[in-house]
Amino acid sequence: MTTATIPPATLHHGHRVLMKGNEAMAEAAIRAGCDAYFGYPITPQAELLEWMARRMPEEGRPFVQAESELGAIDMALGAAATGARVLVSSSSPGISLMAEAMSYMAGAEIPMVLVNVMRGGPGLGGIGPSQADYFQATKGHGHGDYRVPVLAPSSIGEAMALMADAFELAERYRTPVFILADGTLGQAMEPVELHFREPARVADTWSVRGADGRQPRVVRSMHLEPEDLEQHNRHLQAKFAEISAREVRWAGENLEGADLVIVAYGTAARVARTAIARARAEGLRAGLFRPITLWPFPSAALAEVAARARGLLTVELSAGQMVEDVRLAVEGRTPVAFEGRTGGMIPTPGEVVEALHRLHAATTARPASATMEVRP
Amino acid sequence: MTTVAPAGSRVIFERPELLIDRSTHYCPGCGHGVVHRLIAEVLGELGLGSRTIAVAPVGCAVFAYDYIGVDFVEAPHGRAPAVATGIRRVRPDAFVLTYQGDGDLAAIGTAEIVHAAGRGELLTAVFVNNGIYGMTGGQMAPTTLLGQRSTSSPGGREAAFHGYPIPMTEMLAIMPGVAYAARGSVVDAPAIGRTKQYLRRACEVQLEGRGFAIVEVISNCPVGWGMTPTESIERLRDVVAKQYRPGVIVDRTGEG
Repeated sequence: MTTATIPPATLHHGHRVLMKGNEAMAEAAIRAGCDAYFGYPITPQAELLEWMARRMPEEGRPFVQAESELGAIDMALGAAATGARVLVSSSSPGISLMAEAMSYMAGAEIPMVLVNVMRGGPGLGGIGPSQADYFQATKGHGHGDYRVPVLAPSSIGEAMALMADAFELAERYRTPVFILADGTLGQAMEPVELHFREPARVADTWSVRGADGRQPRVVRSMHLEPEDLEQHNRHLQAKFAEISAREVRWAGENLEGADLVIVAYGTAARVARTAIARARAEGLRAGLFRPITLWPFPSAALAEVAARARGLLTVELSAGQMVEDVRLAVEGRTPVAFEGRTGGMIPTPGEVVEALHRLHAATTARPASATMEVRP
Repeated sequence: MTTVAPAGSRVIFERPELLIDRSTHYCPGCGHGVVHRLIAEVLGELGLGSRTIAVAPVGCAVFAYDYIGVDFVEAPHGRAPAVATGIRRVRPDAFVLTYQGDGDLAAIGTAEIVHAAGRGELLTAVFVNNGIYGMTGGQMAPTTLLGQRSTSSPGGREAAFHGYPIPMTEMLAIMPGVAYAARGSVVDAPAIGRTKQYLRRACEVQLEGRGFAIVEVISNCPVGWGMTPTESIERLRDVVAKQYRPGVIVDRTGEG
C-alpha cells in the first residue's frame, strides 16, 4: 500500500510538514547521504521500503528489493564493505533473519544503519507496535561477544535527526548501528520540522574497492587461531568500552525535585509524558528519564537520578525488558516498578498514572530502603 | 614475477602474478588449487586484478583470499551472491567474482544464487562442485551422487531416503538473466584448459555487461571421498563427469 504523504521535492530543510514516520526516516537517510538501500517488505515498515523504491532511483542511487531479509542484509554487507553508506530496514521477524549478518558485520567491523520498526512477537506475532525486541537489539541478535549502538527515537522528528547521527556513529566506530523504532513511530503522522544533515565522509583504510596500487585487503570476521581471535575480541571490547564511555545519550523532563521517575523510551515515553502531566496535576512529583541510547544504557546517569527519587517506574510496550537494565543501574538502592502492555497494545496514560499512585503509596508507606522491591 | 630463464631457454610455465606465493591449506590432490590458479591466470590476462572485488564462501575455500591476490569480502555461509550484489550495485566499475562450493551454493545458499541469477546481476560466479562437505568432514551435499557414501549417508545416498542430487547449473541456466553457464572439470590437462576458457568467457560476459555468468567446476575431494588423489581423479572421470557433464550449458551472448 503506497501512502506517500508528501512529494519529496517539497521537503526543504527548516520547513514544518506532516510526515509519516517510516517515510520521514527514509528521507532523512537519503539526505544523510545514504548511498544504497536494501530491503524486503514487512509490516509495519513497508512504507520505508516503498519510499526508497521511488526516491533512491531519483537520486541515482541503488535500491534493491531482496529475496529475503537474509539477502537484503548481505547485500548491505557487501555494499558497506566497499565503504558505501548503507541503510537496511525491517521489522521484528525480519530482524531475526538479519541477526546472522549483524554478527558477521560486528566481527568484520562493517558500518551500517539498520532500522527496526518493532511489532509484537514472539514468532509471527502481530503487526501492532511493540518494544519486545529490546533484548534482541541491546543484548542479542547474532552469536558472539559483541554489542552495537542502539538509538531509540520517541518522535518522528527525533528519528530523522538520529538517522544522521547513526551513520556518523557507524562510520566512526566501524560498527552496525540500530535505530529501534516501533510500529507507532513508523505508522503515525505528526508535524516535523525538517532538519537534514549529511555527516562528513572520512577516508577509510579498510574498505575494498579493488586493490589498485596497494596490497589487497580482506574484509573478514574469521580468525581461526584462538590467540588471534582473542586478540580481535580484545580489540572489539576496547571499542565497545569507548562507545560506552563516550556515546551515552538520554533526556530528562521534570526531574528537578521528582520523587517518582518514569523510565521509558520511544512510544512508551510519549505515553509517560502525558501520564506525568496528569500525575503532577494530581499532586505527584513525577518526572521522566528517557534513554536515547539503549546500548550503551545510561546507567550512571540513571543511578544519579534514582538516588534523589523514592521510586522508579519503568514503562514499556513489552513484558518487561529494559526494566532489567534499570534494576542493574540502581543495584537495588531504589525501588523499581514496571508497567507494560504487549502484543501491540499500548499502556494508557490512565494506567500509568495509576501505577505512579501505587508506587507513591508503596514508597511513602515506609522509607525507601536498600532492598525494597515494588511490583505492580 | 621473479622467474629468470637461463640464456637460450624460455619460460613456458610460471606462477601467475595474482597467485600468491604460499603453500595452501588444501589437502593433497584437492582441486581447489587448480581452480584458484585458473582464476589468477584469467584475471591477470584480462588485466582485472586491480579492480576485482571477490567474495569468499564458507567452506574449504574461505581461504581463497590467502592465495588469490585481489580484494576480498568474506560472506556468511551461502550468501556470496547477495554480498556480491551489494558490491555490484555500489561499485559499477568493479569486477565482481564469487567463489562457492556445493554446500555453500547448492544447499544453504540456494535462494541467494537463484535470485542473483534471476536478476541477471553482472557477476561472475565460480561454483566448485566436489559433491561433498569437505571442511566439516565429508558429509552429504545436495550434489552428492546416488550411491555415494559420506559421513552423513554412510550406506550411500538413496533417492527414496535422501532425495536426488540437484543439478544447480542446469536449473540456473533456464533463467533469462543468465547470460552464460558452463561446466568445467579439473580431471586432466585438456579439461583444465577448457575450464580456463569457460572462466575467461564468464569474465568477459560480465565486462560486456551481458548478465549473470556461472562456471561450475566438477572437482575431487580425495579425503572426503576416502580415496587417494589418483583414485579420486579416476572417479571424477569415470563416475562424476558422467552425471555432471562438462560443456557449455547455455550461452545467450550470441557468440557461443
